[in-house]
Amino acid sequence: MQTFAYERPETLAQAVTLLAAHGPGARLLAGGTDLIAGLRNGTLRPAVVVDLKHIPELSPAISEANGRLSISADTVLADVARDERIRSHFPALAEAAASVGAVQIRNRATLAGNICNASPAADTAPPLLVYGAQVVAYGPLGVRRIPVDGFFVRSGETTLTADELVAAIELPVPDRPAGSAFGRLTRRRGVDLATVSVCASVNGSGITRLGYGAVGPRPLLAADDSGVLADPAADPAARASILARLAAATSPISDIRASREYRTDMLLLLTQRVLRAAIARRAEG
Amino acid sequence: MTPVTQTRPIRLTVNRIPRQLDAAPHHTLLSLLRDDLGLTGTKACCLVGECGACTVSLNGRIVDSCLVLAVEADGAEVTTIEGLSTDGQLTRLQQAFLEQGAVQCGYCSPGQVMAARDLLAQIPHPTVGEIREGMVGNLCRCGCYEQITDAVLAAVEAADR
Repeated sequence: MQTFAYERPETLAQAVTLLAAHGPGARLLAGGTDLIAGLRNGTLRPAVVVDLKHIPELSPAISEANGRLSISADTVLADVARDERIRSHFPALAEAAASVGAVQIRNRATLAGNICNASPAADTAPPLLVYGAQVVAYGPLGVRRIPVDGFFVRSGETTLTADELVAAIELPVPDRPAGSAFGRLTRRRGVDLATVSVCASVNGSGITRLGYGAVGPRPLLAADDSGVLADPAADPAARASILARLAAATSPISDIRASREYRTDMLLLLTQRVLRAAIARRAEG
Repeated sequence: MTPVTQTRPIRLTVNRIPRQLDAAPHHTLLSLLRDDLGLTGTKACCLVGECGACTVSLNGRIVDSCLVLAVEADGAEVTTIEGLSTDGQLTRLQQAFLEQGAVQCGYCSPGQVMAARDLLAQIPHPTVGEIREGMVGNLCRCGCYEQITDAVLAAVEAADR
């Protein structure tokens, strides 16, 4: 591994100053599960690594205020998966967090890192899109909130500016819980990136929101307010036609994990499965 | 501003022994344990967090030590495979690995034992499914998965006796 300087700021302002001073030569370190693998294989060669784990402003890890649940930048996926508030209000996010890597990875990898890496296959992206999450970006000018749908650009690229960092991810706590679920297909059961992933939520007004992962250059959000998808008794042909229309926004590619054709077919199948689970959860209350 | 890539003094506790040393920023916890402290029970294998051979407990949670910088372990409590036995007496789990033939070449075994120990701390009576799911981050290229699962179940049984 090529050497670098290691900085351990104690405030967000110090962290941002380091980013401004070093530009693209600086890399942020939270969990490090992507960063250190990149340092090891030489794809990342930063001059400075800025460790975000000693910043009191990023505590507590998970907090609730003003109808929003806030998950700080150094919160690990294992804690997201087991948090009671997340499991009850945002179960699909807990499911997605629990499906990343293995225990060893989830004990280290953070939610913020998962989205900042901006992989189209990031497991937590579809639920964050569906739940209307906001990214709390901290920069030299202070705080800016970015809807997560406006955060992803393409693999490895977000709308964060070079001197901004993600301080937290916020989720609006719904007044009445919607039914929601997450599912993904992988080649092997554990420690694999998603071939296709889907999150679905169905609310009391019949609005269905879908998040698609690994079927385009970035995770995608789709919605149906006709009430048809939310209605399990609706005409199957009408449902299929809406699902096909929503899926038309995706552009799956062929890669080592699956062909474009397989992804296209599995997206519809997985969406139907996940939608059924979301509807069943809404019925259970 | 030219970044300075100097070593950093760190303190940590490894297997209940306080340690103080200088860590280069680009060295991992894995290399600190093996090269600086001579604790070679923790194995270096894939080095990118896929195989689990380098699994150690960091502040009570298992991690791949190849994906942790040594400087990140400043102030931490680390337990490695060498820290499990007391007075040369293996733990029930280690003994079960031997008795069930869960060790063939042995290279993945320290990581497997660390992962199994963590699993049993979370789920004292795991099902076979929970064992497989909980230890998915530890590969065994000899393919001893059946024996490893048996060893975990045997350790649970021994604990209940």
